Amino acid sequence: MLHSLYQQWFPIASSTDLVPRHVYQAQLLGREFAVWRADDGYVNVWENRCLHRGVRLSIGINDGRELKCQYHGWRYTNRTAGCTYIPAHPADAPARTICNNTYPAQEAHGLIWAGEEANGPLPDLGAHANGIVLRPIPVHAPAEMVETTLQSYDQDILFFVQPCDSDHCIIRGIAKPNDDRTVLLRQHSFALGELRDQVEAHAALVEAPARYKPVIARVAEDFIDIPTLTKEGRTADLPVTITAKDIIAKGIARLRLEPLKCALPTFQPGAHVDVHLQNGLVRQYSLTNGPGETDHYTIGVKLEPDSRGGSSTIHALNLGDNLAISVPRNNFPLRRDAVETILIAGGIGMTPLLSMARALNVQGLPFAFHYFVQSDAHIAFRQEIGTFADAATIHKGLSPEDTSTKLSEILAEPGPARHVYICGPGPMLDTAREIAGRTGWSDTQIHFEYFKNNTQRNTSGSFKIELARSAMTLTVPEGTSILNVLHENGINMSSSCELGACGTCRCTVIAGEIDHQDVYLTDSEKAAGNAMMTCVSRARSDRLILDI
Amino acid sequence: MPCTDSVALNLWYPVTALEDITSKPLHTLLLEEPLIIRHDGTSQVHTRGRTLPVRESYGYLWTSLGTSQEDLFPIPEYTEDDRRNVHAATIGVQTSAPRSIENFLDMGHFPYVHTNILGAEPHTEVKEYTVEVSTECDEIRATNCLFWQPMAAAASSAGAEVNYIYRVPHPYCAVLYKSSPANPDRLDVIAIFLQPETQERVRAHMMLCLLDETTSNREIRLFQQTIFGQDKPILENQFPKRLPLDPRAETPIRADKSAIAYRRWLSEKGITYGVIPSAA
Repeated sequence: MLHSLYQQWFPIASSTDLVPRHVYQAQLLGREFAVWRADDGYVNVWENRCLHRGVRLSIGINDGRELKCQYHGWRYTNRTAGCTYIPAHPADAPARTICNNTYPAQEAHGLIWAGEEANGPLPDLGAHANGIVLRPIPVHAPAEMVETTLQSYDQDILFFVQPCDSDHCIIRGIAKPNDDRTVLLRQHSFALGELRDQVEAHAALVEAPARYKPVIARVAEDFIDIPTLTKEGRTADLPVTITAKDIIAKGIARLRLEPLKCALPTFQPGAHVDVHLQNGLVRQYSLTNGPGETDHYTIGVKLEPDSRGGSSTIHALNLGDNLAISVPRNNFPLRRDAVETILIAGGIGMTPLLSMARALNVQGLPFAFHYFVQSDAHIAFRQEIGTFADAATIHKGLSPEDTSTKLSEILAEPGPARHVYICGPGPMLDTAREIAGRTGWSDTQIHFEYFKNNTQRNTSGSFKIELARSAMTLTVPEGTSILNVLHENGINMSSSCELGACGTCRCTVIAGEIDHQDVYLTDSEKAAGNAMMTCVSRARSDRLILDI
Repeated sequence: MPCTDSVALNLWYPVTALEDITSKPLHTLLLEEPLIIRHDGTSQVHTRGRTLPVRESYGYLWTSLGTSQEDLFPIPEYTEDDRRNVHAATIGVQTSAPRSIENFLDMGHFPYVHTNILGAEPHTEVKEYTVEVSTECDEIRATNCLFWQPMAAAASSAGAEVNYIYRVPHPYCAVLYKSSPANPDRLDVIAIFLQPETQERVRAHMMLCLLDETTSNREIRLFQQTIFGQDKPILENQFPKRLPLDPRAETPIRADKSAIAYRRWLSEKGITYGVIPSAA
């Protein structure tokens, strides 16, 4: 019987219960729900416990885009319920799959409808559709008993009884649209109150049925220890369609991507996706979305004059064209424990920083957004930047020398709790790196994201790799990368840009001397010699022992 | 349902602060058993016609329902000459004893639950620390715990990076050591001793051994009661109330190393009271 109740839709709240920034607590068949409306109108129905330590999410904070747990400040995003930030570990990007339990939900006829495993259409309300929602009446009696009693009630009201648990329920009624709304509401509020007294008196005479025992789903085995590594190569898991495309600045197209089936996975500021093009090319683009914007991804693509078929193909796409993209990966995570965050963007390198600035802005954390552009015509995402008010500064048409002077000003004062994020063209990043080194910024406070790896790479020389956990020894021949050798031998290793820029194929090195050829690791990480990018870096010694 | 956990039955439990004992009998509950505490020159504890063993330690009267108690764990600082021992409060909480211990061991919640006292955003990071089960005695120790605190104690005047050491010497008792504002080279001691009334309801007794000659008892108590008053609504909104020992029941992070060690330690001891044992 319970199984068939699981398949049904029940009203669990009135639409008017979900006022902005509120979290409403509901219960159905013994399971508690935290129900909240995001600023974009979406109604979230989640299990009422944070999957970290079980604290009720109904005592959490709805900031309009994300729900923040009261206990440790974990943030869960609108729609997907994916965790976007764990404050205890500000430098880590939470595993994408840390996600609260969500339940099917719909809003219709002034009510919020949900069910454990509800599917199919909502009940047909006939003449009661979009009628007047009566005041809900909680009753301390089993739902079946209440339903029986309601059969002798005014036939003009359509009733739904929400079984909160086996021994209590809520009567939710809908009256046909009527001019005398106030009189009608008062009349039924009184009559249903009488009915409640009568049913409760009857229920008190019989033994209460045993409470429902909703099963709390176990979390994935991967979560027993974090961080987890997703073991996947380059995959194009998500089919999306282009629902908006416009040229927002000279040579820059903005694309809105919406899912063709199922929902989009959770992203964090700084994340990128691989876009798989029809011509077989794979390109990485950062998501520009703000927090809680989870029904679509927005990317910005600059038409490169020397495009080899990546940006020019994307610029030629039209509304309604379909693409395959990877799940978002975040190798450029944003800490939110800085006293001040400085974001420095050069040209199209502004895209990941835009997403970061939007998150900091919504959370009210102090930041400065510096955007270097060639000219006024090159400014992308003006509207979003406009919301940053004084936090945004646009530097237009600076020469390389002036850019260097400006960067020196911005980076003049390293502070223990200040963090810098930089993304832009290679020469600008090199200049910033040089200035930061001179002014005394530590590697841990300054974070670079390169679009590509312009360093001349050397693929000569053959060497052996020993895989400590897989107990295998493989040979990497001249001209082939470690990553390719791993994939050829059936070893899973995620990768994205495959140019030593994005950080996805990072691997721990247990022994051996590394020939670093990437632009992702910091100088101190390279000097420490215990991590490498397997797509481009090689060995100086004849052998490397890898933690794979 | 009476407690059948033989490990739990044989433990010592605090049942009242010594300073709360008067000539009038006190009624309380321990592991679902009703106790009567009488004082007539000496203190006695009775339940259902049985006289239970008693001891006076750390300012509390302790008793046990079992037959073979081990010695109570040591807190050597309690007898140091220059320390002030203060019974800060006894507070009832609708949660299990192990949930309460985990909350006591947790640093990550300071900025969110004890805002502007034991923590403040943006200082949210829980840095790497060390956890071990001591080889000399059967207790969990977390050392090298550092956390930035705006007002670490009643005697604090400014924010500071505070050093913590935690000990869990008893399944339902924990002791923490933290930098003393009055004497930076030494550590203040704060202990929580839980009296499980039922599997899902406790009385928390809090004791401090401080190096502080200026703050009044009243101020010290108010500070500690403010802190505990902030934890209480969180603890009472945790579900399930009993601590799940299955590693896949909840989602720990590196900051929860001490909680992971505590859950394993309880599993190995075979504790079943106040927990949901792992199915495997």
